[in-house]
Formats: sequence, structure tokens, C-alpha cells
Amino acid sequence: MADSGSSFQRQQPAAFGRLHTFHGGLQLPGHCEVTAATPIAAAGIPPLLILPLQQHIGEPAECQVKQGDYVYKGQVIATAPGPVSVPVHASSSGTVIAVEKRPVPHPSGLQANCVIIETDGRDCYQQPDHTTIDYRHTEPASSCELIQQAGIVGLGGAGFPTSMKLCNRSQPIELLLINAVECEPYISCDNRLLQERAAEVVEGVKILLHVVQPDACIIAIEDHMPQAEQALRTALDAVDASGITVTRIPDIYPSGGERQLIRILTGREVPSQGFPADIGIICQNVGTAAAVYNAIVRQQPLLSRIVTVTGDGVAQPQNMDTLLGTPVSHLIATAGGYTKDVERLLIGGPMMGYTAHTDSMPVIKTTNCVLAVSREEMPAPPPAQPCIRCAKCTDVCPAELLPQQLYWYTRSNNYDAAQDYDLFDCIECGCCAYVCPSHIPLVQYYRHAKTEIWTQEVQKKASDNARNRHESKQRRLARIKQERAERMARKKRALSSDGGGEDAKKAAIQAALDRVKRKQEQASTTPKNTDNLTVAQQQLIDAADKRRQQHPGSKTTD
Amino acid sequence: MEFKTYSSPHLPVSNSVAVMMQRVLLALLPGSICVFWIFGWGIVFNILLASITALTAEAAILKLRNRPAFTTLLDGSALVTAVLLALALPPLTPWWIPVIGSLFAIVIAKQLYGGLGYNPFNPAMAGYVVLLISFPLELTLWSAPGAQLNFLDTLTLVFTGNLPVGQSLDAITLATPMDSIKTRLGLSETLSEIHDSPLLGHFAGAGWEWINLWFLLGGLWLLQTKVIQWQIPAGMLGGLAAIAFVFYVINPDVYTTPLFQLFSGAAMLGAFFIATDPVSASTTPRGRIYYGVGIGLLIYVIRTWGGYPDGIAFAVLLMNMAAPTIDHYTRPRVFGHDDQG
Repeated sequence: MADSGSSFQRQQPAAFGRLHTFHGGLQLPGHCEVTAATPIAAAGIPPLLILPLQQHIGEPAECQVKQGDYVYKGQVIATAPGPVSVPVHASSSGTVIAVEKRPVPHPSGLQANCVIIETDGRDCYQQPDHTTIDYRHTEPASSCELIQQAGIVGLGGAGFPTSMKLCNRSQPIELLLINAVECEPYISCDNRLLQERAAEVVEGVKILLHVVQPDACIIAIEDHMPQAEQALRTALDAVDASGITVTRIPDIYPSGGERQLIRILTGREVPSQGFPADIGIICQNVGTAAAVYNAIVRQQPLLSRIVTVTGDGVAQPQNMDTLLGTPVSHLIATAGGYTKDVERLLIGGPMMGYTAHTDSMPVIKTTNCVLAVSREEMPAPPPAQPCIRCAKCTDVCPAELLPQQLYWYTRSNNYDAAQDYDLFDCIECGCCAYVCPSHIPLVQYYRHAKTEIWTQEVQKKASDNARNRHESKQRRLARIKQERAERMARKKRALSSDGGGEDAKKAAIQAALDRVKRKQEQASTTPKNTDNLTVAQQQLIDAADKRRQQHPGSKTTD
Repeated sequence: MEFKTYSSPHLPVSNSVAVMMQRVLLALLPGSICVFWIFGWGIVFNILLASITALTAEAAILKLRNRPAFTTLLDGSALVTAVLLALALPPLTPWWIPVIGSLFAIVIAKQLYGGLGYNPFNPAMAGYVVLLISFPLELTLWSAPGAQLNFLDTLTLVFTGNLPVGQSLDAITLATPMDSIKTRLGLSETLSEIHDSPLLGHFAGAGWEWINLWFLLGGLWLLQTKVIQWQIPAGMLGGLAAIAFVFYVINPDVYTTPLFQLFSGAAMLGAFFIATDPVSASTTPRGRIYYGVGIGLLIYVIRTWGGYPDGIAFAVLLMNMAAPTIDHYTRPRVFGHDDQG
């Protein structure tokens, strides 16, 4: 694959000139030669479409149809309740036969609410209301709204609502990164998409450029996809695509991971618990770019995606353009059915994908690969042996964790220590478990521990809430009691004096005595008959006083 | 259709403990053959006795602990312990020495702590140190390079202690170069005086330099096949060479050259095969360097000023004790974090 490189000049903007590396990672066998060389086939319209209300990260969409409703292709059947959500559209026309819980693609084999549509095969399209407007003459925000209405989420696997990524950001974006790095073995849907529909991808990227207005734009592609790179460059040459650079990076798993890819291209690290936008970067998958093109230019919501159907358990491995909601069983049947010895069915790649216990579950927006394999291709894992602390896991961990320590702590349910060793920085890429000579299912331990910690946190939150409620009730009761007591005390004080202290008491007593005395005085003086005397009376009194002075011992008045 | 469920990742496993141990044994082969070439049949008996004892003891203990004995024995770790211990023992030592040593290594140092993966000390070195302290005389029975006994005579000597008629133990055994240098330095001779001794070869002990060279070769192959990582051997050899260089520069009459240190005794065996025992070593990338350097420095200290001619075993056991602490203080910076831990 290295020979293909010579014909292309690597052109990069000055700001992001040199490629960097990340710690660890693996060189894995590709397993995608056949599917990458086979044209994308249409998976057709299945008899039943199963459309989960949640095919993305965030709030589930709210169902707007009921049993018996006729729905057109492209009709909104569930609306987004908030910004971190997207609507769900009917991917073909037909009748809603049920809204019920069905198995959905999820690592834990959960059931979730789905709209089940019995298709009528007419694929009858209901054109959206809004008329075609050239996006270049509109505000970026309006394109964002269209992208959300089209139900677009990251098609690379995470399924984060694209409009949220594009428009909800606090700082200007320096770099728009388009991720065409399919680092997991077997998967080739992005590779094939670029080979066949590079022009759509380029148009989509231009729309994203218009929305984001970054300083630079890089489309990252891996060494093992030279045909895709050539198609992409041809498409870029055909249009005015100044400012878009194509950069080829080495085949190292997991370089397609958002954080790892940003590290490779810019040397920067997305902060732990942070987002790329925090360091001025937005990363979008090529499939998402094509979906954006469909939404803005063709005004088609996200109704289908390309799925790699592969593995030695499938008769004709190939990429398939698949309506969302198509059951995996239909997809496999279209690809020639199972070979007889299939044992394991994987949704996603062999490193991060999860096994499905049934093939009745549907393809959703994030399903990039369906992998059916036999026991020969992927034998059951050998029994786990004790950890010998060889630290091979440490050497390959792209998050630079100490997986052997995390294993030790998660195994002993010491979740505090596991969190102290940054368990939540684990991206579950599976490198550690792949190289482990003791065959310990490390990722399983980490995933279990994370779930346990989340559960504990939810429980803790619930108990915190209960405690807070109880405590605030106690506080309220105490406050009422205290207020009552204060009122009583105020009254008492008002009744007695504004007391406090011995002197004050004495003063109060004195004041009381004085009051009494004054009262007595008043009582004794006010009705005195010696006031308002006439001159004659005064003279009589004076005469009497004189007499008294002359005869001491007789009673005097004072 | 229903399918089996597994946890990711799903690609077939690429590695196993058994394969790693087999590679370690394979990498020990050139050095072991060299030991055989120079010291004769004794090493073969040591390896056989130690291996049989180790495997039997491991099986018995696993049986007692209700663990699957057969599959566990297949991981090869007991065999590696036995071979490493046997390679550390002198070739003419009586049969019960390797037996007691590997019994202690497997039963006490390994299984009583919980078996593979749980032993805090390197089992082979724990066994060796027990022998060294308990039976110092038996651990000096190194045959003189070249003056070898044949297969039957060695067999008789190892199992009965009887020598063929006309032979004396003094005639067929010889102090190791490091032992002899230590003794003669103790007699106030200078290294330049000792230099002419037939015990010395081109740049280190006669014969020993070849043994070390072949163990180095095996070790490099282990590095190349990624069974071991570079940090511990590089740290240990670097630490040993650095401190040897400093003292050699200070006084070349009393202190041997760094090259002599690196190619004497069990230096290469220790650097690539003993110190790299993952279970008892430090596991963080930086920690492994410190761990290796610590062993290298301690080896020099014990060799130069200690009571024993070589110090690999003590150095490794001492650093085993320090490994958890080293790990604690050398946690790597996690991706996306600003600072340590």
C-alpha cells in the first residue's frame, strides 16, 4: 500500500504542517480488501422497517405517529424534544403497524421503543415544504437548523447530533477536520463512499465550511485507501475547493478516534472530559458530510447510510446502501445470506463493536458495519489467566492509562482507586485486551466498572436528593420554630423591659420604683387642695405656719 | 437467528503467557549452551533437577489449591523459574541444592503468595538467595573452565559426592573470576597485578565473557520479539556501567572497568531474563527505568563492597520490594490531562 503514495503531493496548511503521533496503538490486519473493492449495492426496501426513537446520543425523539397511520418516505415520525436530539424520519412509505419495544443495537442487548412500519414498496416520497435556497446566501445558523431537521448525527459511530457540534460552541473554530480514517479492520464504508461519491462529500464539506467558518480544513485519510484518496483529490480538483487539504496518515489503530486523530494532525490534546471545540477544532465524519450535502442541497433527511456487511459468515461481503430501520437479517439476506458456520454477529468493527444476540435488530444511524463471522475467523476467547503485570497493555494504551492497575482495581470493586487512575479516560478501544497474553477481557472489566460507577452516582444523586429534601424540611421546621420562639421572646421583652445584665435589671427596678414613686407623688399631689389658693386662704395658711413654727413639735407638712 | 455474545475486542488473540515463556526459554538456549560448553555437564543436571522439582511441586500445590494443574503447568512459568535458578547455580553442586532451591522458589516464593501473577518477589532469586545463605560452600562449586569431568563422572559427583579416583575437588573447581578478584583485592593487590591471571579473558572473566555475550544475544532477541521491553535491561546495564565508570575513573587500580562489570557474573542473564520478570518488577514505563537503574547500582555496590562476589539476586529482591512504591510515583500523564496522574 505504500507504493500508492508517490503520485500525490502532500499539501498541508502551514499551521498544521507536521504529523504527530499518539502513544501506543496497534497495527492490525485490514480484512477490508474485498469490500473496499466491491461497489456499494442497494439493500432495497425491507418488508418491515424498525425505527428506534433513539439512534443518537442525547434525548430520544418523541413519537408523533400511532398504529395505523400511513407515513410517507421522509416524513417526520418522531420529533426532537430539545437541542441535543434529532427527529426520526420514515425511511420508506408504508403503514405504522406498531410502536413498541424491540431489540435495538446496543452493547447490553437492550430493547427500546421503535416505530414499526410495514412498507408498501412504493417508496412514496413526501417533499419537504421549504423551497430550495442556495446555502451560500443564508446565515450559517439556518443551515444548522436544516441539518438538525434532517436528523443528521455523527455517522462515524458515536452518533452525536451534528447540529450541536457545529453550532453550539463558545469560541471560534480554527480547524474543521473531516475524518475518513477507518482504522478498524473490516470496515470500508467510508472508503467506498469516497471512491463512489467523493463529489457529494466535497460539497458537504463545503457546506460545513460555510457553517463553521474555520481557518483551515483537513480531510484525513489513511494509508491503506489510495483509491479513495485519488477519488477525493479528483473531486476536489473539479470544484473550487481552496482551503481544503487532504492529509494521509499511517495505518495505526485507533487513529480514527477523534482525540487520536486531532493529536496526529495538530499535536494538540482534547482535554479530558472536554470537547474538540474547546481547543478550536470540529471533527466530522465523511459520511456525515455526505449526509449534510443531501440535507442542504437535495433536501433529503437522513434516511439511509452505507453499511459494510462482511465477515466469513456472509456469502457476499460488500458495502450496502441501507435504509435506516432495515433489519440486519434482511441486510444479510440481500448479501447472499449466511454461510453455514456463522457463530458471531457483530454490530460495528471487531475492536469496538458489540455482539448482537439476534439479527432482528435494525440498522440505525450509527451502524457502520455488520460483521458475521465463524468460529474459525474469530474463535471463542481462551480462558483468562492471572495478570502477570507485563504492561503490554500500558505500552499500547492510546489514552496513556495503566490498564493493569485499572484491572486490579476494577476487579476488586475498588472504584475510587479506578477513578483515581482515570478510568473514565478509557476509550474502550480494546488495544489492551488484544495484546494481553493472559487473555483477560480488560475492556469488559472497565465497561462494567463504569456502569457500576454511573449506577452508584445515580443512586447517590437520588439519595442526595432525598437527604437534601429531608434536610431542607428539617431546616424549614427549625426555622419556623425559631421564628416562633423569637416572636415570643420579642413579646416578652416588650412586656418586660429591654433587659439584659445586672445593671440594666437594677436600672429597670429603679425605673420601676421611680415610676411608682412618681405615681404615688402624683397620686398624693394632684388632688392637693393647697393649689390655686386665693390670697385670703394663703394668708390664713401663712398665719397657721407661723403659729406652728412658734410651737415646734406640732406636725408639719413637707 | 440467535448468536453467541462476547465482549470486545473480537479479533483473535495475538499473544499468550505460554508463548512468552516459550520464547524466554528459547532465548536462554544460546547462553545455556555456552555455559555447558565452558562448565560441562553439571548445568544439564541442574536444569533437569530444578525443572522436574519445580513442575512436580507446582502440580502438587495446584492440586492442593484445587486449581487446574495441567493447564497451569502449560503456561511454562514454573519451567522458566527452574531454568533461571539452575543457571545461577554452580555446575558441580550436589543434587539436593537445585531441588531445595526450586522447592522454595515454587512452593514458598510463588504458590504461597497465590501463584503466577501474585508473587511479590522473583521466585528464582528467592530460591537462590535461600541456598546462598544456607549452603554457602555448595554454592562455590564452579568447575574450572576447560577442566571438565565427563558425563558419568559428573553424574556420580552430583548424586553421590564421590570423585573419580585420582581427582580432588580442589583440582576440578575454581573460584569464579569475580570471587578471585575480590579475594586478591582484599590482599592489597592492584588490578594491574591481577590482570595477568589465567582467570581473566579478553575483557572480562575467561569463559564468562562468552556466556554473557550469548545471554545478551538471547536478550536482544526477546526485545525484538517484544517479549520484554527495553527499559529494565537498559536501566540496569546503564546504571551498572555508569557507577562502574565513575569509580573506574577515580581509581582504576581498585575498581574494574565498566565492560568487566557488564560481562561478568550473571549481569546479562540478570538484565534480560531475571530483572525483567514482569510479575515482581515495576510496570510503569518510567518506573521500569528507575527499577532497572536501582538494580544496576545495587549490583555494583554488592559486588564491590558487599560480602558476596555477585549481587544480582539481592539487588533484584531489594528492588522487588521497591516496585510498588516506584509504580505509585511514576504514573504516566494521561492523555488530555495537564499534569501528573
